[in-house]
Amino acid sequence: MNAPEKLPKVKTGYIGASEPRPNAKRLLQGRGAYVDDLRFPRLAHAVFFRSPYAHAKLKKLDLSKARAQPGVIATVDGRALAEYCTPWVGVLAHLKGIKSPPQHAIAIERACWQGEAMAAIVAETRSQAEDALAHVEAEWEELPVVTDMQAALRGDTVIHPELGDNICFKRELSVGEIDAAFARADVVVEETYDFGRHTGVCPEMRSILADYNAAEHTLTVYQATQAPHMMQDIFSRHLGIPEANVRVICKDVGGSYGIKVHVYPDEMATAALSVMLRRPVKFVADRLESFLTDIHAREHRAKVRLALSRDGDILAFELDDLTGIGPYSVYPRTSGIEGNQVVNLVGGPYKHQHYRALMNVVFTNKNVTCQYRAVGHPIAVALTEGIVDLAAAKLGMDPAELRRRNLIADDAYPYSSPAGLKFEGLSHHKTMDKLLELMDYKGLRAEQRALREKGVYRGIGLAAMIEVTNPSPAFYGVGGARISAQDGATIRLEPTGMITVMASVTEQGQGTEAIFAQIAASAVGVSLDKVRVITGDTGTTPYGGGTWASRGAGIGGEAVLQAGKALRSNILDLAAAILNEDKAQLDVAGDAVVDRASSETKLPLAEVGRVGYFRPDTLPPKFQAELTVTRHYTPREYPFTFTNGIQASLVEVDPDTGFVKLLKHWCVEDCGTVINPMLVDEQIRGGIVQGIGAALWEECVYDESGQLLNGNLADYLVPMSGEIPDIVIAHVSTPTRTSELGAKGVGEAGTAGAPAAVMNAINDALAPLGARVAAQPCTPERVLRALGKV
Amino acid sequence: MSQAPATEIETTFVLNGTQITRRIPARLHLVDFLREEMGLTGSHTACEHGVCGACTLRVDGEIVRGCLMLAVQASGRKVDTIEGLSDSGELAALQSAFHERNALQCGFCTPGMLMAALDLVKHRPDATREQIRVHLSGNYCRCTGYHAIVDAVEAVLEAQRQGVRP
Repeated sequence: MNAPEKLPKVKTGYIGASEPRPNAKRLLQGRGAYVDDLRFPRLAHAVFFRSPYAHAKLKKLDLSKARAQPGVIATVDGRALAEYCTPWVGVLAHLKGIKSPPQHAIAIERACWQGEAMAAIVAETRSQAEDALAHVEAEWEELPVVTDMQAALRGDTVIHPELGDNICFKRELSVGEIDAAFARADVVVEETYDFGRHTGVCPEMRSILADYNAAEHTLTVYQATQAPHMMQDIFSRHLGIPEANVRVICKDVGGSYGIKVHVYPDEMATAALSVMLRRPVKFVADRLESFLTDIHAREHRAKVRLALSRDGDILAFELDDLTGIGPYSVYPRTSGIEGNQVVNLVGGPYKHQHYRALMNVVFTNKNVTCQYRAVGHPIAVALTEGIVDLAAAKLGMDPAELRRRNLIADDAYPYSSPAGLKFEGLSHHKTMDKLLELMDYKGLRAEQRALREKGVYRGIGLAAMIEVTNPSPAFYGVGGARISAQDGATIRLEPTGMITVMASVTEQGQGTEAIFAQIAASAVGVSLDKVRVITGDTGTTPYGGGTWASRGAGIGGEAVLQAGKALRSNILDLAAAILNEDKAQLDVAGDAVVDRASSETKLPLAEVGRVGYFRPDTLPPKFQAELTVTRHYTPREYPFTFTNGIQASLVEVDPDTGFVKLLKHWCVEDCGTVINPMLVDEQIRGGIVQGIGAALWEECVYDESGQLLNGNLADYLVPMSGEIPDIVIAHVSTPTRTSELGAKGVGEAGTAGAPAAVMNAINDALAPLGARVAAQPCTPERVLRALGKV
Repeated sequence: MSQAPATEIETTFVLNGTQITRRIPARLHLVDFLREEMGLTGSHTACEHGVCGACTLRVDGEIVRGCLMLAVQASGRKVDTIEGLSDSGELAALQSAFHERNALQCGFCTPGMLMAALDLVKHRPDATREQIRVHLSGNYCRCTGYHAIVDAVEAVLEAQRQGVRP
């Protein structure tokens, strides 16, 4: 590291500007490079024979006929693949007591969910491999299936007998005098909420192309992933290849949302097949495989109790949550985090002092669940905001007024929640005031009353929230996962005066490269068109965590900022040497070294680069220019940088059909420093629409035998443009003081709050009819059942 | 049955303005042919049964699902892809509007979305915001929330109505 020189703060520059993303142009012309677009010589194609049963013993597997089909290169079962890839166990030390059995890339003789890979077929073309699948001969013995979470908890049938029961992870928390608080409460409300399983439905299905070079014993993996360095470590350890010999390259990714940050058995198998066959092998899931094996999320049943005084002061929250995660805890982040987050976050915006929570995570014979966008937040926010609205109704208070009374005051920070969360600085009241004004809350209430008299049932739903962003090593590292909480950025001055940034945070379309360019340009003092950004390659970028948990801007952005400042300082050292002037009198602005006082141009950066690289002989004898710098950043002061926000939904419910029409949606978010408002706003909107999907339509429906009934895009309903209303976004900005940039995360905020806002709006609309829904998705059938019409 | 996949049919059609002739397996879908045989990887497959619109192409001036049409059905017709319409400039105004308003994130749905939007711009120049939403309802985007896409298409329609040539 260089001498600890105190560098001046960066002027705002491009930070805060709605600049279009330079890297979007190739995508607009269909000239991106997603994994399935890459072309390799000797490329082989892998497909998987998957279990048709949710739980069954594979008594006999005959791959010989499949092997004999045209173009088939290899057929591989679980035992053969295990010679190349060791199994894994999805547990973390800081989730005390979490357990899960070893999981193989290709299951050995027993399937634990419908869709689990039991054999691989590799052929010269994908169609040949798929044709050969029809020639696999298998004999099965069906085993008892556990699909119901309550049955799993009771443990009449234990899926993994060696574990003793079906409980993957259990957490109990009790803070304050919970029983006394409920005993002295004037009002107690209680409700049980159900959340359907749903999934990310990435437009680009999971994709991997593994290219093993036997001569060098190197493995290059082209993968649609959010965490290239994490995958580099995992390929290395499970395939037995030195980490330095593994390179993970992540080009364009067609949506990830948390789906592409996990270890998937079929992807590990594909890498192992490349090693085994000593040639490049590609696997791209089809949509059915995607529904059967991309992680699912959010199957929860939770009872919440809320104690209040008659004046509307919230005294205590109590939670009993049960979630079913499939037969394995997902590696390496585990399937315990979502439930853990629910426990942490319930009641989060409010200033109550008493909290008790019980949470059980149980194994079932459905597809695995794990961290998907907003991890636990949509559940926690819906539980919290659902029960707060119910309390408002019981007290006869306006829901906004009850919130205003109980939200943590804006001057109360730093603040610790009963669950132990530490808040550096939030703005619940400012955001709510802004939201109510933005949406004309009073006007909408008046309109609602008037329309009700005409038999039109409109509802207004509010949802206040907190969100975990910028996680420190407290999230995964302390539990033993080799997942980096720090990120790095390298910035180089090119001889032409251009700037190249190499960063460990990846681009999934959210605009990482664009905002890093904005930060770098501002920090160095160049115009935006002089910056190029490279991400997604463990071979060229600094080491880092990648994209997850709303961390890219706050952590990776700070690394870019610090690297840019250091480069600016180094450029000035060189310029001072060239000009034989005092460095303190110089600055970089507008692609040139300028006089700090007069702004007069002294030396274009292209000239600095020319001398630095090609004519260092003209510089003082001991002077060495350093025109490439690297800086890293890790959040340390707080385990997480919490953000806050509040959303509102306006809906109209048709009591005859149960249909819900979304009329408008608002969100006021405080993510600290906003680097690019245009990108932030549309990312929030996209998150909101995912949350709306969860609230109204999306569910992976399983029958009692563990068969997925809607594994395609015609039967699994995703939000389309015609159903979605205009979405209004506004901001309050409370920058985090833990970094110079001040940015908090924002990528998951929309998804976290929208389901609660929509559910509350529906219940507000149904209130005069005496009906209430507490199960998501709030389908027309559920609305009609609530109305007693079916 | 095992013979069926081998059945190939000589097929001639105009692809992005150039006539091509290939022997094409009868079962091969148009989008797979374009991606795998012609290297035109701009058209994407995301559902492979006509729901999501990622593979939207233009055949004889009408938008079609590339995953629902066999390649041999293109015989004697004119097929246009995102690559062709980008190079010809026909999509320039929409591409520019999408770029300026960040009407894309991961970009996987974007070529199909642009093809559907161009169809609207050509055939429904008076479309309202609501009609834009309905027209694009066959194209799934998971990233944007659709708002910016609707803004971008609306801006192009408005410019067209004002007689502004992009």
